[in-house]
Amino acid sequence: MVPGLTDIYRALPEMVWCVSGVILMLLQPFLKNRQMLTFLAMVGAAIGTLSTFFGIPGSGFSGLIQFDTYSLFFHWLVGLIAFLVILASDSYLARENLEGAEFYALILFATAGMGVLSSAQELLTAFIGLEMSSISSYVLAGYRRDSIKATEAALKYFLLGSFATAFFLYGIALIYGVTGSTNLAVLANTDPSSPYLRIGLTLILVGLGFKVAAAPFQIWTPDVYEGAPTPVTALFSAGPKAATFALLLRISATVNAATSYWFWAFWILAALTMFAGNLGAMVQDNVKRLLAYSSIAHAGYVLVALAAVSGMKPDPDTGAIPAYAAVLYYLASYAFVSVGAFTVLSDLGGRGERYLKTEDFAGLGTRQPFAAAMMALFLLSFLGLPITAGFFGKLYIFKAAVKSNLIWLAILMAVNSVLGAYYYLKVIIVMYMREYKGTEPADSGGLSATAAMVVSVAALITLYLGLAPNHILGIVLSQNLILSSR
Amino acid sequence: MVVSSTILSILLFFPLFGAAAILVLRGDDHIWIRRLSLTVGIAEFLLSFLPVWAISPGATGFKLEVFAPWISSPRINYHLGVDGISIFLIHLITLLTPIGILASWNDIKHRIKEFHIMLLLLETGVIGVFLSLDLFLFFLFWEFQLIPLAFLIGIWGHERRLYAAIKFLLYTMAGSAFLIVGIIWLYNQTGSFDFVVIQQFVQRGQLVLSPRAEMLLFLSFFVAFAIKVPLFPLHTWLPDAHTEAPTAGSVDLAGVLLKTGAYGIMRFCLPLFPDASHRAAPYIAVLAIISIIYGALVSMIQPNLKRLVAYSSVSHMGFAILGIFSFTLIGMQGAVYVMLAHGISTGALFLLVGMLYERRHTFEIAEFGGLATPMPKYAAFFLFTVLASLGLPLMNGFVGEFLVLLGTYQVHWQWATWGATGVILSACYLLWAYQRVLFGDITHDKNRTLPDVNNREKWVMVIMCFMMVWLGVHTRFFTRRYEGSCQTILQQASPNLMREAGAPVEASPPGKLAENSMERLAPR
Repeated sequence: MVPGLTDIYRALPEMVWCVSGVILMLLQPFLKNRQMLTFLAMVGAAIGTLSTFFGIPGSGFSGLIQFDTYSLFFHWLVGLIAFLVILASDSYLARENLEGAEFYALILFATAGMGVLSSAQELLTAFIGLEMSSISSYVLAGYRRDSIKATEAALKYFLLGSFATAFFLYGIALIYGVTGSTNLAVLANTDPSSPYLRIGLTLILVGLGFKVAAAPFQIWTPDVYEGAPTPVTALFSAGPKAATFALLLRISATVNAATSYWFWAFWILAALTMFAGNLGAMVQDNVKRLLAYSSIAHAGYVLVALAAVSGMKPDPDTGAIPAYAAVLYYLASYAFVSVGAFTVLSDLGGRGERYLKTEDFAGLGTRQPFAAAMMALFLLSFLGLPITAGFFGKLYIFKAAVKSNLIWLAILMAVNSVLGAYYYLKVIIVMYMREYKGTEPADSGGLSATAAMVVSVAALITLYLGLAPNHILGIVLSQNLILSSR
Repeated sequence: MVVSSTILSILLFFPLFGAAAILVLRGDDHIWIRRLSLTVGIAEFLLSFLPVWAISPGATGFKLEVFAPWISSPRINYHLGVDGISIFLIHLITLLTPIGILASWNDIKHRIKEFHIMLLLLETGVIGVFLSLDLFLFFLFWEFQLIPLAFLIGIWGHERRLYAAIKFLLYTMAGSAFLIVGIIWLYNQTGSFDFVVIQQFVQRGQLVLSPRAEMLLFLSFFVAFAIKVPLFPLHTWLPDAHTEAPTAGSVDLAGVLLKTGAYGIMRFCLPLFPDASHRAAPYIAVLAIISIIYGALVSMIQPNLKRLVAYSSVSHMGFAILGIFSFTLIGMQGAVYVMLAHGISTGALFLLVGMLYERRHTFEIAEFGGLATPMPKYAAFFLFTVLASLGLPLMNGFVGEFLVLLGTYQVHWQWATWGATGVILSACYLLWAYQRVLFGDITHDKNRTLPDVNNREKWVMVIMCFMMVWLGVHTRFFTRRYEGSCQTILQQASPNLMREAGAPVEASPPGKLAENSMERLAPR
């Protein structure tokens, strides 16, 4: 069947992102001005995001992708994140003397991959999306070629990532073997008792669990997050994670076999991930690494909500809405807070990312009041303090967990929130209450204008989501978001 | 009516706007930062008198309610209201904030801008705690007030400030964790965060909890509040936080922050969980008595003057808890009075100790002695405050403690007897400390030339002393305004059996709330 114009429109954002990436690479020999490239890349990201308006809800390319409110939400999320990350990268690339065009092109390709992931209605489409975002990510992680840490990060990410993708692919193969289809709509009502189906589902969960850094598949995360250029770390912690969770949620919500079978898996993964992240973060003395561990912990919180979705699914009709809303709200709020926090780090790190130890942050409250205040806001949001986005994120997950009777998981989550408070507060205390003792002042002269813009936008979103969550709640609570096989 | 519906919002957010205004001033423009923040503080103090006209003597129920939906899911409302108890506690913070600003006029030497912003943020947080009628909103302000105070301790405190700030944060946050779990549990049971709505459920017996569940809920609220009060054995954060905090921080901490705990118990624990409150009362009363006596004994042996005053807070707040859990009208009124009186007199003691520190940079009692000779006016103010604090008749401390003991005596004379020893012990430690600091020979040469109180300090103390006498003499002014509210709380807190026996149903709530509650009654 020849794809019609409607089909094209449903995949328009991905196409725009890819094409602008290609154009950027072609332009590189002619455009020596990095800021121009940044601007073009941002325009590409923005047009791609806005082109979602052309999409008409429905499935496209004979059921390969599904364009619905759910995928629209994630397209906007990853598009905005790409936009912010590109803007934040400008000063970073200048400082580290890195080429701009490929960097931006890779970010755009990765974003296109995330878009595909969030609208995939077919396991093989999902695989393509996963590969698009992963392969771009491997290159981005090692973009600082002369840094040993970055090279280590890229290699580690590549090897382990390929391994995980192989798991995912093998899972798809097994499922195809059992059911004769990889389309989620067809899989929706398959008989869950087949052992091969179960093995396939397990392998898929392992593959995706790796991508979202769920324990025990999280070992790569701290090294990769630390070694990658900081704006890229911002992207990793926000975009691919959100998109992969989108796929995970779509599978677990659509395929009934997965819903019941994955419930305990989510439960255990959530508990392990929260503890792995929080306990790991407590002993870090490098703030970037600390935030890497904290991002593992936050993936654990989202897994709690996924367990709640599975727990609620048997309810007729709208039973699982609160849990869906919790997942989407949390992913959105975490993404922006995380982009903000890593952007602060990216500019404070100084050339070669030297000043990321906790003690380098001492006295930041007086040396760089704006950066310190923003960092404190983001950390408080991670912690889940009221009037920040993170608070409602945690609250909704907590509520969803209690509602689907996951009392013990809710308790574990509360315990973990307290553990998290310890290391987030530690950084704030160092920033505000300890004098800077270094002999030479950190050579970063505060936030650059572009980074300050990104940080301000992220801070405004953090406060907006914390003070007036109604609007976004209206979106995530809408009935259209309910994914089903129908 | 426009005024009456916005007055509480203005009262709540005015300090916040003041803080924002200070934020735009230049950081090194110290004199204008101080002037602006003092102006905001005084204006807020005057503003806080406006709601008083709505509270006629003997009035019950909440006045000047503000109700607006805030978040749709879960349904959280911006619901404020004031009654006879909260209005005077609000006066306490609005009075102590400008006093604190004045007291730290020269004391704070670095990061002055941030200091004043923190003081005003703290004021907003505390007023929010006293005004919120939505449990969720209450929790929000409850958390919010921690942050500025932790900063006040951690940045402008004394030597061990980091330790004290972290200890303070961890203790209170641990309490908050229990509180939010309790609030969410209650929400799951009732579908509402609104205190008035939930209270009606309890009143009409529509919220049925097993005794065990009610006790757990009660404890989740009570532990959070008891840490703040602080009640023995949860008090260990307090001496450190007080000792390390700057003077203005100590004044606000002792003056108002501790009251938020006792206020929370009166406002939420008793009316929401009446049966559990009654069952727990004997145990809590014992803890309160231990607090009274233990706090006094520990204070007696403190070599550090500020720590001595800090421990005396444990002792005094024990009276407030004892009064609340006597479940008598007089005891309850006494508890509120103790809170008000303690805020003034302990606040004044911290101010006086702060003045000594400004001159000598030490709190050690052994470093002083014979100060009455170089500082006669200071000695007079100190004596006045000490007498007020230890409960001399006609001074503020006497009224509250007397009422608490009277109320307690009506139900358990043993409790009253043990509690009364606290009055004697407080005389011991305060007078003994006074004697060691101000009388005797001057043992340190530095002390010979200490300057007496200057004009600024004099007027600060005059205001405080005036309040002590006013609270001590014109008792009816306060009691008749909050009597009705205490009566309501007692009625709501009466155990189930008594409620069923036909206790009068409380005044019907405003129309919008009635609608609201009907909505909640629909099957969920």
